Formats: sequence, structure tokens, C-alpha cells
Amino acid sequence: MSFHTVENLDAAPLDRDAMAKLVAQDIPANSFVNLGIGQPTKVSDFLSSDSGVILHTENGMLGMGPQAVGDAIDLDLINAGKIPVTELPGTSYFHHADSFAMMRGGHLDVCVMGAFQVSAKGDLANWSTGGDDAIPAVGGAMDLAVGAKDVYTMMTLFAKDGSSKLVPECTYPLTGLGCVSRIYTDVATFILENGAVYVRETFSVSLEELRSRVPVELLTYP
Amino acid sequence: MLNIAQSADEAVSVITEGSTVLIGGFGTAGQPIELIDALRRHGAGNLTVVNNNAGNGDVGLAALLGAGLVTRIICSFPRQVDSYIFDELYRSGKIELEVVPQGTLAERIRAGGAGIAGFYTRTSAGTPLAVGKESRVFEGKEYVLELPIRGDFALVKAHRSDGMGNLVYRKTARNFGPIMAAAANASIVQVSEIVETGALDPEIIVTPCIYVDTVVQIDADATHGKARA
Repeated sequence: MSFHTVENLDAAPLDRDAMAKLVAQDIPANSFVNLGIGQPTKVSDFLSSDSGVILHTENGMLGMGPQAVGDAIDLDLINAGKIPVTELPGTSYFHHADSFAMMRGGHLDVCVMGAFQVSAKGDLANWSTGGDDAIPAVGGAMDLAVGAKDVYTMMTLFAKDGSSKLVPECTYPLTGLGCVSRIYTDVATFILENGAVYVRETFSVSLEELRSRVPVELLTYP
Repeated sequence: MLNIAQSADEAVSVITEGSTVLIGGFGTAGQPIELIDALRRHGAGNLTVVNNNAGNGDVGLAALLGAGLVTRIICSFPRQVDSYIFDELYRSGKIELEVVPQGTLAERIRAGGAGIAGFYTRTSAGTPLAVGKESRVFEGKEYVLELPIRGDFALVKAHRSDGMGNLVYRKTARNFGPIMAAAANASIVQVSEIVETGALDPEIIVTPCIYVDTVVQIDADATHGKARA
């Protein structure tokens, strides 16, 4: 895929739905995809029915359908976020070791995860803030980080204190090394290639402003 | 020879103080709640529990923890919105926690049942969870050595058993069941229905009877489950 860097100065920052829609548009047709808990789950709302995308949920299902409502709720049929979901034609079930073998074995094309920080080298931190009072809980994040062929992350670009979450080196505990290939944020999207960070598109901010607030060298496509 | 227990209490009565107990389930799907409740009434303490989570609300695994019977838990995701019983025990230093990436947890259990002494995985390489573990570079990438997990007992929920202990599961409630049944010295399985031997299609049996020691039928309609046949 070839890109051109686009500055959308007049655009509003992306809300969660708009980010999810953008991610959904970028997922290649007919790929096997795992959507992480939380914000990435929304991506499925924007996958068109003819995309051929097959969703994997790590608790043991391929071909996951939409969230279950009403009488369709079955407590034996949940996703990794423990939300009741539905089957689609062609669904399959498998145990946990098979589910993660599928992941670790490189069979998933894309996974989408939230992030606390991403480094310029594609290191991901998304499982612990490292605080003294934090109870460590990692779930499948580390397995997804090393297993999926492409790791897309979704986050706001700036923390509440204004600091950039795209950083030279992660300060939070790492989930995986050099695994992230794309970063979707509210004000810009980035492509990580060969150790470099390219701005693909901005929303509401200029490249100049991004460069002044993000402490990482930001390259552009012609 | 399969032992068919008449009650959950009878099924778990063999569990001894200080045992390592593998408990199936992902959240509440596939969680053998009636067996866990029976284990709590049985009262064997100083247990090490292996489960993906550390209990939800105040039932099942959470209640077992709340009763003070578990001194160590190995899991991937203890912290949840309704894990307040575990949170309190952990913060007051009353329970030891080993956090393991979910896929590594599953593969360690699988290895335990499969006679594998250890395996190298890329998962967790370069992260805090690999600190203190042996690692090795294969084809330019770092892998971490992980060791198997075995249990003295496994508590598993399946959908149906036949008279020999061959099991089928239901939807995502399968999760850790098959690998835990294989990795325990004695596996105790609750099912919604015990059918005649021969009534299950051999092609669809997920856990062969060699891994199953005890089954007990717990009528799904009479309990929490919405399991339909």
C-alpha cells in the first residue's frame, strides 16, 4: 500500500466511533482479525458484511458474530471481554491452547489493541501502569503482540497532562517489543516502518504542531 | 474406570489440604461453580489454584478465595470490575499471585498434560514478566523458557459425558477444560447430562475418557446456567 501524508486542519478530532471506522476501513478483506477488549471492540461495528473478515476471540472461537441481545444471550457464548456474542455460519470453537497456538503461530493477520504508550520502534505498553497499587493483569495482550502479523493500536495521542503517548522509549511496563505497525489516534494516524514513524493523516492539527508536541522524529509521505 | 459421583460434594471429597487445583472457566463461562462451591464446603485449605481469572462477584471461585482456602493463585487476568474479593486479599498480602500471559498459561497447562518438560515462547520476551526466566535466541528472535503446570486435581465443566467419561463441551465454555483435564492427576468433571456410552459420536468427542476420573451430573436448569441442549 502506498500512502500520502494528508493534513486535515479543518477536521474535528476523531471520536471513538470515527477512529473505529478508520481502523475497520484499513483491515484487509478476508483477513483473520482479533479485536482487543474495550475500544477496539467497536471496530466490528464498522466492518462491512461483505468484507469477509473473520473475527477470532481468544477464549476459543473463530467466526464471532455481533453482540447477543435478548433471547439470543447465552452465557456459554461470550467474547474475550466476557460479553455475550453470537455465532455466524462457519463458526468454530476450540480450547485455549489451540486458540493461542493460532495466535502465536502467526495465523492471525491483524490484531487491534488499546495502548498506554507506543514507542517509535513499535514497542507496546498496554497492560500495566506500573503503579505501586496496581494489580498486574496481562490477559492475552503479550501473546497477541508477538503473534499477530500486524498490530494496530488505538489511543488518544496525548495523556491528560498533555504528554505524548507516542514516545522515544516506553516508560510503562512493556507488552511486546517492536510489534506495532499502525497507530490510530484522535488527532493523527501513524505508520511504523523499518524503525521510522510516518504521519499518514492529521485531524484538526498541523504537522508542525504534531512535531512540536510529539518527541519522536515524524516523517511524511510525499 | 470412571467414577460417577452422586453429588458435587462427593466428587470433591478426595481433594486434600495443600493441593494444586486447576479450575476451568473463562469468567463464568465453563466455570464449574457447583464443584467449586462443594470444594469450599469440603474445606481443604492451603490450596494453589490455577484459573484464567481470580473470581467474579462473590460466588464460585471468588467465594472459595473469600473463605480463605487459597494461598496462591496462578492466572492471567486477576483484576476485573467485580474481582473485589481477590483485590482485597491481594492488597492485604493474604494471597500470592503469579501472573502469566494467557497463552503461556494455556500452553504450560497443555505441556503439563503432554509430558513436555518446558518450551520456548516469544510471548513476554523483553517484558517484566520474563525477568528471571531463562531465554534463548532462535533465528534472531528472543524466546523465553516456560515450564509446565500440572495439578493434583482439575475441576472442569463440560456439557455431556458418556458412561466412560468421554466429554463434549458447549460453545466458548470449552476454554480451559480439555487441557486442564489432561494436566491433572485426577480430573473431576461436572456435566449437564450423562448419556449412554455409544450415544456420543466418536468424531465429536473433545476430551477422551483417558483424561477423566470422576463425573457428576449437575442439572443445568437447576443452577445458574442458561445452557440449552
